Amino acid sequence: MGFKDFCFKKSLWLFHFGGASCNNCDIEILDCLTSRYDVERFGMKLVGSPRHADVLLVNGSINKRDKKRLLEVYNQLAKPVLVVAIGACGCTGGIFAEGITFAGPVDKIIPVDVYIPGCPPKPEAILAGIVKLLNKK
Amino acid sequence: MEKEQFIEKITARFGDKILKAEIIKRNRILVDVDTNAILDIANYLHNDIHFRFIIASALHTKEGFEILYHFSDDKSGNIANIHVVLPHENPEIESLTQCFVAADWIEREMHELFGITFLNHTNPGKLLSEGNWAEGVYPYRKDFTK
Amino acid sequence: MNEKKVIPIGPYHPLQEEPELFKLYCEGEIVKDVKWETGYNHRGIEKLSESKSFDQSFFLVERICGICSTSHPFAFANAMEEIADVEVPDRAKYIRSIIGELERIHSHLLWVGLAGHFLGYDTVFMWAWKYREPVLDLFEMISGNRNSYAMFKIGGVRRDIENAKIAKIRGVLDLVKKKTDLLTGAIMDDPVIHARTKGVGILSKQDIMDYCAVGPTARASGVDIDVRRDDPHAAYPLVDWKVITAQGGDVFAKAEVRLLEMYESIKIIDQCLKGLEKEKEGKIEVVVKNIPAGIGTGHYEAPRGEVFHFVKTIGTNSPARHKIRAPSYVNIATFKKSCVGQTISDAAISLAAVDPCYCCTERMAAVYDYGSGERMMNGIELVEKSKRRTEEIRRNY
Repeated sequence: MGFKDFCFKKSLWLFHFGGASCNNCDIEILDCLTSRYDVERFGMKLVGSPRHADVLLVNGSINKRDKKRLLEVYNQLAKPVLVVAIGACGCTGGIFAEGITFAGPVDKIIPVDVYIPGCPPKPEAILAGIVKLLNKK
Repeated sequence: MEKEQFIEKITARFGDKILKAEIIKRNRILVDVDTNAILDIANYLHNDIHFRFIIASALHTKEGFEILYHFSDDKSGNIANIHVVLPHENPEIESLTQCFVAADWIEREMHELFGITFLNHTNPGKLLSEGNWAEGVYPYRKDFTK
Repeated sequence: MNEKKVIPIGPYHPLQEEPELFKLYCEGEIVKDVKWETGYNHRGIEKLSESKSFDQSFFLVERICGICSTSHPFAFANAMEEIADVEVPDRAKYIRSIIGELERIHSHLLWVGLAGHFLGYDTVFMWAWKYREPVLDLFEMISGNRNSYAMFKIGGVRRDIENAKIAKIRGVLDLVKKKTDLLTGAIMDDPVIHARTKGVGILSKQDIMDYCAVGPTARASGVDIDVRRDDPHAAYPLVDWKVITAQGGDVFAKAEVRLLEMYESIKIIDQCLKGLEKEKEGKIEVVVKNIPAGIGTGHYEAPRGEVFHFVKTIGTNSPARHKIRAPSYVNIATFKKSCVGQTISDAAISLAAVDPCYCCTERMAAVYDYGSGERMMNGIELVEKSKRRTEEIRRNY
């Protein structure tokens, strides 16, 4: 078992960063945590500080003001870390890619491991993405 | 208050400060007013006849910078659009924050997007542009020279 | 000990185009001042809209806010139809109102859940969100997507609700009604919730006037405004319903307004469904060929208050100017009134009472350093503090 596998062997804790989003993905992520989808049964939970997190969930288009904050959060995360870009905006910028304040999709700013497209992705799609993440190693 | 009654009232009160007042749609009123009288008119609408300030929309057109102050009369469902035109060079107007708090954000926003100066604003400062675009750049301005 | 603290809440507040970071300036336990920073979520939607055609703009305004994703197209459609001077067919009116009210139900359920979460009642959170799911399933059945339904267009709606689906919708409404009874009972009768929410975050009628606040925030303070009634559009004048108001102005009154509004929504949908059954299927739009030059103002009562759209057209196929006002834009400012003078543990629920989004307190907080002497506290700690307070009250009860 390599060091990276060792790091992600047990429950993954998530930190959620919402950029300039429309809130749909945020709500769907939260939906995953509630009774119907319940990702906590896999040991996943949202944490309040990036320093505690194994996985960074990023959704929404990133505007110029967010960019600095996103980098700051990424630097605070204990490495190795997995980054998930959620939603059309997280993956490509989506409908806001032509906006005046758009600073590039997430993968232009920090390395991304898994993309979950959709506007917004259904909770099932987010779960499928997380499963892919677990199997990726 | 009925639309006709409102137009009558506001014209009687402000006389030649009202350049034009007309009913544009079923329950929409457009009132062109003198720029210098905006504070008095807003005061009258807000404090005397209790219209609710919805928002202000700024536009950049060939005539200059236009601002539409939208007021709603919740009893009748009418919306009164108070319209002013500011010149291309140095657009300036009195801030409505002297009269109600609700104008605070929108005036700061209009300043950042269009470069309109609001005089005597009670809480000036940046709202959106910090980190997003540089000072002195007004992204919603248009170029009419071409 | 009077330790000076700055507590950031935010910075993301995703309900409107411009979210913000709240900074609570505290002395000891008491909040002395509130300041905010915005611009973290600015996407330049108004500018983007000028580069899109009218039909494309609907998809754009839908994505201003995910939870009110019908309210913005609704207001935009009202504005455009005012310019084009068209009257939509009755069937489209009913469908519009059904979608709007279903959205109100799921949004209010979401709020009830989050308010429960802020107070430390996570069971309420889980239950409210559980019973929100069937409503989202309805949306999926009607439009194919759980959020962002893309139902609106100028002159009508994009998709019909076939009469065969009405029974299913009625079934879900019955379930939601039963569960709303349960939630209302749980909240109205709980002495601890009374102790936590009554007299907290009070907004007087005068405050509402000064801040020009709208929606449940205003109605809870006895200001009787509702765009659906004041400026009738869609199917609202065709059905029987009433505007809910309360007098307290505190968090409890706001919760009461929202809970009772859900019953009104169920009532409206039920009558609209009856209307649909009478109408012939398929007649859901009038064709609008061109949009003349002019200005249009449209508004709609979103779950959080009045959404306002102003559009100026110049005869081309895209807006020359499109101004959008989301309800939180004015409601958020009332936080300065409702929060100052309260304790920190009441701040979370006072903020939540306005119904901004949940994520704003639990996203990226405490990343900045404001300089020496200022202790930081992040959103989760704030919620924890609020929960501990509930716990204390419960023990002493």
